[in-house]
Amino acid sequence: MRPPRVVLAKPGLDGHDRGVKVIAMALRDAGAEVIYLGLRRSAAEIVQAAADDDVDVIGISVLSGAHLQLVGDLLREREARGLGEVPVVLGGTIPASDVQELRALGVAAVFPVGTDLLEAVDGVLSLASRNQETR
Amino acid sequence: MSEDRDLPVTTDSGLPVQTVYTAADVDGGLEDRLGLPGAAPFTRGPYPTMYRGQLWTMRQFAGFGSPEETNARYRFLLERGQTALSVAFDLPTQLGYDSSHEQARAEVGRVGVAIDTAEDMVDLFDGLALGDVSVNFTINATAPIILATYLIAAERQGVGFERLAGTLQNDILKEFLARKTYIFPPGPSMRLSCDVIEFATDQLPRFNPISITGYHAREAGCDAVQELGLTMASAIAYSEALIGKGMAFDGFAPRLSFHFATTLDLFEEVAKLRAARRMWFRIATERFGAKDPRSGRLRFFSGNSGTTLTAQQPLNNIVRSTLQCLGAVLGGAQSIHVMGYDEAFEIPSEEAVTLSLRTQQIIALESGVTRTVDPLAGSFFVERLTDEIEAAAGAVLSEVEAAGGAIVAIENGVPQRWIAESAYRTEREIARGIRPKVGVNVYTDDPGAEGPTPALFQFDEGIVERQIARTAERVAARDVRTHAGAIAALDAVAREGGNVMPPLLIAARAGATVGEMSDVFRRVFGEFREPNPW
Repeated sequence: MRPPRVVLAKPGLDGHDRGVKVIAMALRDAGAEVIYLGLRRSAAEIVQAAADDDVDVIGISVLSGAHLQLVGDLLREREARGLGEVPVVLGGTIPASDVQELRALGVAAVFPVGTDLLEAVDGVLSLASRNQETR
Repeated sequence: MSEDRDLPVTTDSGLPVQTVYTAADVDGGLEDRLGLPGAAPFTRGPYPTMYRGQLWTMRQFAGFGSPEETNARYRFLLERGQTALSVAFDLPTQLGYDSSHEQARAEVGRVGVAIDTAEDMVDLFDGLALGDVSVNFTINATAPIILATYLIAAERQGVGFERLAGTLQNDILKEFLARKTYIFPPGPSMRLSCDVIEFATDQLPRFNPISITGYHAREAGCDAVQELGLTMASAIAYSEALIGKGMAFDGFAPRLSFHFATTLDLFEEVAKLRAARRMWFRIATERFGAKDPRSGRLRFFSGNSGTTLTAQQPLNNIVRSTLQCLGAVLGGAQSIHVMGYDEAFEIPSEEAVTLSLRTQQIIALESGVTRTVDPLAGSFFVERLTDEIEAAAGAVLSEVEAAGGAIVAIENGVPQRWIAESAYRTEREIARGIRPKVGVNVYTDDPGAEGPTPALFQFDEGIVERQIARTAERVAARDVRTHAGAIAALDAVAREGGNVMPPLLIAARAGATVGEMSDVFRRVFGEFREPNPW
């Protein structure tokens, strides 16, 4: 089996990229292949990269408070491109009161500020391996 | 923990710390390295009497939703004893998009106030006398545009430009480095930043047209030593660019201001702030030949570190912020922002922001630390650390210069890599428990036994449509020919050279939107995309 492959990006206009870069480095050290798209990526660009690179997980990071809308855009784009089986995970300043709604929308895992680094890495990797098994 | 006890004891930046310091640990010539407060080399402070003469400016960074909502928050803060204003703009405003733009809608009013036209700026300061209140603007890529809208608001209040006091962040280099709200490539971005400084030097004598900032690089992950070295590298890059524009160093340097983070390693932070003043004095005099003593007198704003705050046990953040504010005061800050204890979740609630202001007031009025200037001077440890940080930051500055100076190094992503690697190191140390965080990796709550989440700020979703509708009305009401002429004139100056501020003032007065003015620059200068860090 090939190593788990994850696309990471920041949608919307938020520039806080400390967290997503730390996650990228930690995933890479844990053996994953990470495709980091950088800032201000549209839902279409993120899903396109996920399709092109045949990734196991899509990870996005939002610290501006706009997560509900941006996640909605991404999930709609994912369905439209027929990539519904690729799990989407979200990190950032996400109030606990939004987590349930995000899960209901179809986000596979939410890692709010304060999540332990290794817990986030394990969470992404286990989603990735589950995705590989179900293919 | 047994293995960790064998690790050398260091500051957060990794400088070694001895068990005890004595006079023998401080190099000779200390009096020359210190001077007196208000005198060269300004190690002890920019002013002779410091807080005995005037307390620091208490300036809580605030903005959300529409201009009216933010105006109400400003009145709330001023009524509670805040002494100046600090505007947070939403991301569309920072990135030159009107609220109606497709890429803007999710972000309108989220992390700051939405400003589409000069009329919004008029509303933002409604009833707040711009001749009396100093205003800080955290704005960079669109700094000249936002300054123009502010000047129109002042004009509308009948306040002459010469009376305006405040600071425009206008430090585009640190956007590429760390904060990431850049729009245009580095070259034209530097031109815009320098145009603002040139215009302000001529027309805004009480206004700081730039705040050269290490804060964001620090928040993005670098350590105190790197923060200082990178800030000085940027200050040199701006100075060289302005000199290249034909300006005299002593003409602009007295109005340069700085912005540093103050985090939790109390003595290292105080030493860093003292070292910063001495370092800038040396650069100003030795490198740029400053004759005016004010050119080498570093003044700074201190922001607490948001990244030191935790989502776990959020009330602990009040204690963290208090220590950081104390560090800024002991380090001689001119103005201070204290983070809200709830900022790991949302922008601060009224309760949280009041507590931040009260933190400043208690330190100012009850702790007694303001009674004498630079109270830690002469401490064997603090003086030794001040010298070591200056030397280590000087080494960082040399590395940046070896990489081609701030602009070239940033274009090549060199310091960005230092910052990301340092952030990763810190997070791994927290995850492994080497770096203690109370409530996170020590003294944690049992799952399910966490205290209540604070009552968070609630965002009003309705503001987006209201803001879009109001801007549409204002756009419909403007004189079409005046507006078109102003946009064409701005385009010509952007293309042909010359200072962009005069045509921006005309365009803002003619009702041009922030998005329209930004689009002129986008057409002429293009847009920047950061190279992949790996």
